[in-house]
Amino acid sequence: VCTSRFWFNYRHVANTLSVYRSVKRLGIPDSHIVLMLADDMACNPRNPKPATVFSHKNMELNVYGDDVEVDYRSYEVTVENFLRVLTGRIPPSTPRSKRLLSDDRSNILIYMTGHGGNGFLKFQDSEEITNVELADAFEQMWQKRRYNELLFIIDTCQGASMYERFYSPNIMALASSQVGEDSLSHQPDLGIGVHLMDRYTFYVLEFLEEIHPASQTNMNDLFQVCPKSLCVSTPGHRTDLFQRDPQNVLITDFFGSVRKVEITTETISLDDDVAGFESK
Amino acid sequence: ASAQFQLAVPVAVVFAPGSVPGDLPRPLPFRDVREMENSVNLRTSITSRYETVYRSTTAQEEAALDVATAREADAALRPLQDASLGCLTVFVVPESSSLLPQGISVYVGKHRSALVRAGGGLAALRTRLQQLTQVMSFTASSIATALSDRVPDGQLGPDARRHLKSSLGYEITFSLLNPDPKSHAVDWDIEDAVNRYVQPVLDKLSLVANFSVDSQILYYAVLGVTPRFDKESSSFLLSAHSLPHVINPVEARLGSSAASLYPVLNFLLYVPERSHSPLYIQDKDGAPVSTNAFHSPRWGGIMIYNVEAPASSQASLPLHVDVDMVRVMEVFLAQLRLLFGLSREELPPEFLLESPGNEGLADWELDRLLWAHTVENVATVSTTLTSLAQLLDKIGNIVIKDDVASEVYRAVASAQSAMAKLATGHLYSAFQASKEAVTSSERAFFDPSLLHLLYFPDDQKFAIYIPLFLPMAVPILLSLAKIVREARQRKKEPTKMD
Repeated sequence: VCTSRFWFNYRHVANTLSVYRSVKRLGIPDSHIVLMLADDMACNPRNPKPATVFSHKNMELNVYGDDVEVDYRSYEVTVENFLRVLTGRIPPSTPRSKRLLSDDRSNILIYMTGHGGNGFLKFQDSEEITNVELADAFEQMWQKRRYNELLFIIDTCQGASMYERFYSPNIMALASSQVGEDSLSHQPDLGIGVHLMDRYTFYVLEFLEEIHPASQTNMNDLFQVCPKSLCVSTPGHRTDLFQRDPQNVLITDFFGSVRKVEITTETISLDDDVAGFESK
Repeated sequence: ASAQFQLAVPVAVVFAPGSVPGDLPRPLPFRDVREMENSVNLRTSITSRYETVYRSTTAQEEAALDVATAREADAALRPLQDASLGCLTVFVVPESSSLLPQGISVYVGKHRSALVRAGGGLAALRTRLQQLTQVMSFTASSIATALSDRVPDGQLGPDARRHLKSSLGYEITFSLLNPDPKSHAVDWDIEDAVNRYVQPVLDKLSLVANFSVDSQILYYAVLGVTPRFDKESSSFLLSAHSLPHVINPVEARLGSSAASLYPVLNFLLYVPERSHSPLYIQDKDGAPVSTNAFHSPRWGGIMIYNVEAPASSQASLPLHVDVDMVRVMEVFLAQLRLLFGLSREELPPEFLLESPGNEGLADWELDRLLWAHTVENVATVSTTLTSLAQLLDKIGNIVIKDDVASEVYRAVASAQSAMAKLATGHLYSAFQASKEAVTSSERAFFDPSLLHLLYFPDDQKFAIYIPLFLPMAVPILLSLAKIVREARQRKKEPTKMD
């Protein structure tokens, strides 16, 4: 979810799209991704390279591409819609791609970026979501068993305040900065004129580039990403609600999709001649 | 929420002449009831009641049993039995009877009856009966699996959450993947195959849920994994541990119906490229799998269909391939059964199960599904409504619309009816009631008006109104105080002056 709009928040859109790309690369199909963006970057009149969103200096990687599937764009990215997607209390006319159709075996990854403060996250400059509301939404999800395990990553200023209030089981949370600290952006690009990415997400993506679908890297390595020397802010994480030891949790459990598979050993026997049947 | 499930199974034990054990407690006919209790967790328990009627055969049943094979007996007995869902009839035949083959003591038919060879007295018969009810109706673990979200995680076996959750409908999609259309022009008569082989199975399962079937053909869809070439068998092999990575690249292209919210079951038939033919799946021990297929719980199944290389290398490409739909459907329908949790693997040794043929599943297997789904539905309703009640407690000023309220009442009434019917052994009406209960409770819980965001908690109200009204209230309160003081002084003065 990218919660910002306007040209100077280019980096938030680039953050979100880069994470979206990595997750797709590791195997999660679009039908299992809900992407919420203001989507006003690629066609913004101030964009010197129209129809692109870059995440790297020297314009190495165009994360917008031509197969981005944005589910909630522009003014649809509101706190209400976000909470509706999470809790499932969606009007019946909503199409399948805009719903979170998860069940008790699904592992969910939630990535949010934008501008935040102590206990809240700003949505599109007009409203806020508080950490209490988010915690309550997760509890509603847990009551209805809409997730098996949930990984929450947030890259905003004072991000750690957003996960302080969680109380439902099986949630692990990562944030780019502690309460009282600001998350900083990574590098400005002189050609485009804005900062392209935030530091925390940049290092997380570097880390994810080395993961492939069969990788055995675990969560403890993700916690080490972006130490204070590189990130200036102190990333934090919260694992007390999570049942398994982070050492045993694979990155691909959340970022990729490795399914349980069984060999089919039984067959049934069918009679070929079904009496009285006309073949077409 | 606490739930005490009482599941009653009506069983009839019918003794053919010459098979009555000598140590019966009372003369036939008589009834007895056996109860077993299982606790799933601190607040949920399941009590199974087996209400058994012991009697001897009627003349018609004797005639039906007087045939050559067990299969014919099963067919002949069918019209004579109580056909309601959930009931079991066990016919005990004399030890020397030739109906059951050598070495087999129990034959389970396609419908709801079984034949047991007599011998060993009442205790041995009771053991057999217990084994039979475990196979034909439910076991403690099959019900516990249905209640998987109440069981503490450590106690669940690997089976839990593997079978499809109870849902009002399922969408089935058959896809043909042809990565090499230049070499193979593949034709599959899916419409005919669905009508002939799949529809009878779905018709049988229509009691459980609504099914809709689609099919599609995808070209240039490749597996995400490169198979290894094995010189000994001169074929290509896919090892078992690379199978999980096959599904994802394909899934992105599968698509699903935008309108329906039912779970989708995908069955894929993959025809390997000419350069990778023949392709076999290897299991963990390195042996090729006979079905050449694998499935993923709650998702669907994939089968690999190898095309014979043409005799002469001068054959013109593309080769025309007519898919043998019988072979394919045998595997797909078996996978469908496994996805629903109907497996025939673990049986005691002297049991013989009749194959259900084109119907896909026996009547008692349908019963098994219905027992599990009914219990799951009622448990889900209970959890949902409890959660809704907790939400209402938390947000005091939430508004419940009339239709939400009526859905809640309906859900409660249906759930109670389902529990009552389960306790008396009426499986069909219990299942229908549980379906209604789930539909109503889901509609009530997921009503868009119940979003907690829409209702301000009290502390937010204070936070908004106090900064507005407090500054205004200060001069008002001060002047009120002044007025009261003046009024009191005026009252005092007249009395003083008097």
